[in-house]
Amino acid sequence: MSEEILIRTRDLRKIYHVGEVDVPALRGVDLEVKRGEFVAIVGPSGSGKSTLFYILGGLTPPTSGEVFVHGNDLTRMTEAERTELRRKEVGFVFQRYNLLPTLTAADNIAIARHIAGKPLDEDANFRPILELLGITHRLHHKPAALSGGEQQRVAIARAIVNHPSILLADEPTGNLDTENSRVVLGLLRDLNERLGQTILMITHNPEAAAYAHRIVRMRDGRIVG
Amino acid sequence: MRCPGLSTPVINKLVWENLKHRPVRSALAVLAIGVEVTMILTLVGLSRGTVEDMAQRARGVGADILVRAPGTSLIGLSSATMNQKLLGFLEQQPHVRAVAGTVVHPIGGVSSVTGLDLEEFNRVSGGFRYLAGRPFRHDDEVIVDAYYARQNNLRVGATVRLLNRDWRVCGIVEPGKLARIVIARDTLQNLVGATGKLSSIFVKLDDPANTDRVIASLKQQLPDYPIYSMEELTSLYSVQNVPGLKAFTGVVVSLAVVVGFLVVFLSMYTAVLERTREIGILKALGASPGYILNVVFRETALMALAGSAVGILMTFGTRWAVMTLIPASLVQKIVPEWWPIAAAIAVGGALAGALYPAWKAAGQDAIQALAYE
Repeated sequence: MSEEILIRTRDLRKIYHVGEVDVPALRGVDLEVKRGEFVAIVGPSGSGKSTLFYILGGLTPPTSGEVFVHGNDLTRMTEAERTELRRKEVGFVFQRYNLLPTLTAADNIAIARHIAGKPLDEDANFRPILELLGITHRLHHKPAALSGGEQQRVAIARAIVNHPSILLADEPTGNLDTENSRVVLGLLRDLNERLGQTILMITHNPEAAAYAHRIVRMRDGRIVG
Repeated sequence: MRCPGLSTPVINKLVWENLKHRPVRSALAVLAIGVEVTMILTLVGLSRGTVEDMAQRARGVGADILVRAPGTSLIGLSSATMNQKLLGFLEQQPHVRAVAGTVVHPIGGVSSVTGLDLEEFNRVSGGFRYLAGRPFRHDDEVIVDAYYARQNNLRVGATVRLLNRDWRVCGIVEPGKLARIVIARDTLQNLVGATGKLSSIFVKLDDPANTDRVIASLKQQLPDYPIYSMEELTSLYSVQNVPGLKAFTGVVVSLAVVVGFLVVFLSMYTAVLERTREIGILKALGASPGYILNVVFRETALMALAGSAVGILMTFGTRWAVMTLIPASLVQKIVPEWWPIAAAIAVGGALAGALYPAWKAAGQDAIQALAYE
């Protein structure tokens, strides 16, 4: 693990405007994640985990405060710059896998590379990753023909195919049974240990959080431990 | 090392798979665009085919000059208003070798019956070439060309009903010479109440080189009469010279474009709504609004191109339908030079139809899209 700070937030706040009501989702979050760290963020529903996930992933801007991802100040970024950040610096893994149902597993991975504007066939290091994820024999199947565990492994492959600085995982085992959860969490830990992939995982499952180096607890829009 | 499956143009696969995912909707959109293209190509084909057929048959007479009645248009089935005595006047003109007066009477659509004096006509044109039968000898006999006979299943001796009476087919002639249905001029004049009147007069000269000189002289003596050389006549037989046809074509093309626009709009609007979550996924992966637009427009363009191909094929079907349902009347030509034009109109209309759905897709909020059920 490096000492380089990859993610840093200071007094990060996010207020959603629902009709005429302001709903504070983050109430001043201070967080630092070092390169190569595997951090789990835990907390009950409504604690602000997902909002933090979306802000760090550049999917929504904060209302106030500071947030830096790999040196990029997200508070000053335009929508186009945040899109660029998602393309190059961030990989997402979602609870519901979120694979494109009409494409095969291989094409679901390929499209992430295409969106990033990278050549599709010049990554010599990616096949070992696919082998590590155990999906090389399932690449030509569409998501509907894959098990939940396989779909999530394809989603992980897609998330890291562009070698992002940070992998954001939102309840990656939320839809999986115990065995598949164990496999997916093991894979995330392998990616972290073998490739030094920085991972920030949101979960409410203590067993899943135990795979991380560090657990950050949130409640009511704040970090509480 | 290459990763399996990663070398193909994946955006095209996405587009193709999206269209395959909803085959009925895609097929209907393609079909609607096909109908749009067919409408355009059929109208153009009918216009050109019919006018060119008229020109070809006029040229086939072998005359050098055509004289029409004052105030009549070149293309159109005007009634007989020219005094038959003009034949004698024209015959007396220098360099004129023969003249033939015709009476043309419409019988529905663009079909007409032509009344001829065969002896006169033979002197100008060299006569019809009979494939079966003989010239008419009686008032109830009719000559038809082989095309009309084929389309209407007529043979020599068959009865055909025209002008509210039955006629016996006495001869079937080679097509391409003036008319498809010919009866005796006197008979037609009497039937339509135009005794001693003509629709047009064909003039044969001793030498085609004298055409301009004779026309100049005739125009001086008959200033109100439209007088054409056959060369000029051929050039004037174009869709531009058919009154109202250009405007009519414009209206039909506009309607076709509106139909294509609406179908694509609805199809792509539904598709974008249905794929809200997938658009959210693409956005989460870093797809820019331009990338989303690209996907939607590629899908639309592919549908429009497929629709254009279907439309071109259906044009052969409409030609068959025209020949079958209204035989030997309108002539539909297949006009390949209009294929890219019709396709461009269809693609343009379709892309315009996809504009709003594409803009809506590109502008979707990624978080809301990902939460879409």
